[in-house]
Amino acid sequence: MRSPARILIAALTASLLFPATAFADFFSPDDSSGSKNAEAIDTLYWIVFLMAMLILVGVWVALLYSMIKFRARRGAVPAQIRGNTRLEIGWTVGAALVLVVLAIVTFVMLDDIRNAPESGANGVDLQQVGQPTGTPNTESVPPSGRSLRIQVNGRQYVWHYTYPTDDDDQPFNNVFTYEELVVPVDTTVTLEIKAQDVVHSWWIPALGGKMDAVPGHTNWTWFKIPAEKAGQVFSGQCAELCGRNHANMLAHVRAVTPEEYEAFIDQRKREIEESNEEAAEQRERIENE
Amino acid sequence: MATSVPLPQVLAREVEPEPRGWRAWVLTTDHKRIGIMYLVTTFVFFLMGGVEALLIRLQLGTPENTLLSPQTYNALFTMHGTTMVFLFVVPIMAGFGNYFLPLMIGARDMAFPKLNALSYWLLLSGGIVFYASLFFSPPEAGWTGYPPLSGENFSETGGVDAWIFLIHLTGLSSLLGSINFYATIANMRAPGMGWGRLPLFVWTLLVYSVLLILALPVVAAAVTMLLADRHWGTAFFDQNAGGDPILYQHLFWFFGHPEVYIMILPGFGIISEVLPVFSRKPIFGYKAVAAATAVIAFLSLIVWAHHMFTVPQPSIVLVFFMLASFLIAIPTGVKVFNWIATLWRGTVEYRTPLLFGCAFIAVFVAGGVTGVVLAIFPVDWALHDTYFVVAHFHYTLVGGAIFSIFAGIYYWFPKMTGRMLSEPLGKLSCAIMFVGFNLTFAIQHSIGLDGMPRRIYEYQDVGNLGLYNLISTIGAFVFGVGILITVINIVRSLRVGAVAGPDPWKGNTLEWFTTSPPPVNNFDAIPRIRSVEPMKDIRRQVERGTPPVHQPAEPAPEHSVVA
Repeated sequence: MRSPARILIAALTASLLFPATAFADFFSPDDSSGSKNAEAIDTLYWIVFLMAMLILVGVWVALLYSMIKFRARRGAVPAQIRGNTRLEIGWTVGAALVLVVLAIVTFVMLDDIRNAPESGANGVDLQQVGQPTGTPNTESVPPSGRSLRIQVNGRQYVWHYTYPTDDDDQPFNNVFTYEELVVPVDTTVTLEIKAQDVVHSWWIPALGGKMDAVPGHTNWTWFKIPAEKAGQVFSGQCAELCGRNHANMLAHVRAVTPEEYEAFIDQRKREIEESNEEAAEQRERIENE
Repeated sequence: MATSVPLPQVLAREVEPEPRGWRAWVLTTDHKRIGIMYLVTTFVFFLMGGVEALLIRLQLGTPENTLLSPQTYNALFTMHGTTMVFLFVVPIMAGFGNYFLPLMIGARDMAFPKLNALSYWLLLSGGIVFYASLFFSPPEAGWTGYPPLSGENFSETGGVDAWIFLIHLTGLSSLLGSINFYATIANMRAPGMGWGRLPLFVWTLLVYSVLLILALPVVAAAVTMLLADRHWGTAFFDQNAGGDPILYQHLFWFFGHPEVYIMILPGFGIISEVLPVFSRKPIFGYKAVAAATAVIAFLSLIVWAHHMFTVPQPSIVLVFFMLASFLIAIPTGVKVFNWIATLWRGTVEYRTPLLFGCAFIAVFVAGGVTGVVLAIFPVDWALHDTYFVVAHFHYTLVGGAIFSIFAGIYYWFPKMTGRMLSEPLGKLSCAIMFVGFNLTFAIQHSIGLDGMPRRIYEYQDVGNLGLYNLISTIGAFVFGVGILITVINIVRSLRVGAVAGPDPWKGNTLEWFTTSPPPVNNFDAIPRIRSVEPMKDIRRQVERGTPPVHQPAEPAPEHSVVA
């Protein structure tokens, strides 16, 4: 008799626990595994969310309690209370204290979210890959000043990425891709985000917060994908209304090993060179005709 | 006990009869008729905005839906947002204000009755100009109208211009109305009604007016610059010619955030009137509630850039606007605590206005706490422009505005029409609206956390997005049914509602001192005000058998009603 009951209880507990873990996603950002800043945002979100829920449930309970407990009954006399200065000062100070705690927690977490760390040992060799022209925003790069700086350019309705190469004297020959960005793992990637027509917003949820791409401005963010994530693709989409096809302005980030990254850049370079040569041949043909 | 209801002291002497028929409405300068025109017009716009919302939800009910074209979808959410903000919530508060502000302070009309009529007609023209764009090309740039998308290169047709003129016309309407409210409150209060005895709804209207006067010129400037950029070759927001699109965002939100409080503060005022009446207790901490209103208004002017945490800004700016936004939670929290303390140890009567008031508190607090979550800028980077934000501001605005507006409708309908609304229908409407609202918007937090941005006409069924959106769509229709029940209730009660009498709720404030509906001149005799709850004093005097003390019945010239 007892053992089936035990099994039943175990099954019930398991069925309660399973959705509880599944529900973690219900209450918090879906996927934050791609970069440390996304993880830190997720952690900060959880702390704030739990404090908020505590206050919310507290207020709801107090409201329901006063509605039910003090509902009009025969012979009940309402207490003619006009206020209570101590109590009112108390809850004002209490609310302020909660916010002070929130501010402190935010400042503690901020470093992990805002400031880019150094690249890891398994990342790409940054001295090899070169840098784009122009000096970086000092805030956007790690203390050493070295990161893989990629330019992200939003336009209706596609993202355009320009990769750094070692021949900066010919910026038109820089390697570029559309929609899918290929990056090496364990390397700090700094994005310099621009827009060429209307305002867009760069956002890959698993790789940290979104940043608007505003014409005439350069925004920035960073991410660093852990080495074990090589081979994964992280997806997102434009988050600022940019016109009729806003819903289909997608973005993907493919994480690869440093070797694969170098091979990818070399291949794109060859492809671009080939098409440049082809174009030159065509020009010649047209001129000679 | 029934004898404690005082007889209204109204004779309507020396007042010219108003014209009858349609001219009575079109030519009127009577604040009550103007108030009713405001309320009816804005409620019609509310229903139009509601239909737009239902179409939006219908499109999003299933993934990759092809019901609406992207063009129609963008036009719909632009019109929905614009309608709800500029043609419903802001002006309906002015409607309540028009009708009840003079009654509550014991005045015979607004300070400038003709200006008051002009305010209404400007509002209506704004609405017509905007909706006329349906016949050529409605705007598609969102209710915020960010350039360059709203500029000439990306919105070539006249929709955005219609939107700009809506802002101008309704803005002018609100500006004139605010001057009128301010002048009326400052100069025409009943004898003895000092600032410490002003009804809390009137306090919130005062702050509403000041905020509108401070904020509206800024958005008027912003959209005028946009208009000039579009048509006259200027480059205020054109980065290629030395302008800056972010300038527009700053100007818009410098208005846009106070606008949020412009929309909900009068709602706070309605709640502060309704809760004491139905718990038969004075408001807990009158001074704190009034002061919190002013503090919220001040803080609302220095938090605008929390709408812009994702545009390029130095960290110090982000930190400032995060901390300033935190601060606003304190006076708002104080108000909520005071409201609950007002119910505490009272005798709470479950009438429809009170139920809407309690629904307001429950919903609004949820919007308040998610507001603090979003004020933390790194968290905002994850949630900005997603459905989490959509859920957040619908909790504050539907909670803060719609539930309190419905509380106001049920509370004041007897005064405006002389008839009671049906209580069973009202309670049913409240319950269905509460369930429908939460069904629609609670799940949208999760939709946003799953990474779905706002303002997209289609989405792929990743994870549970299809299911969650379906739940939200069903909720929207349930919410719609709840609203429809109140519409039916209003139409029905106009003919068959129980006769209300002057003071059906045993109210606290002066509007209950006159007949329902009040005569053209409101009061012949205005009692001397001795507390925040003048009607309680008057009832007590009647019980004792001493008639209330009146001011001389002769109205001052500026108070007289000119037909």
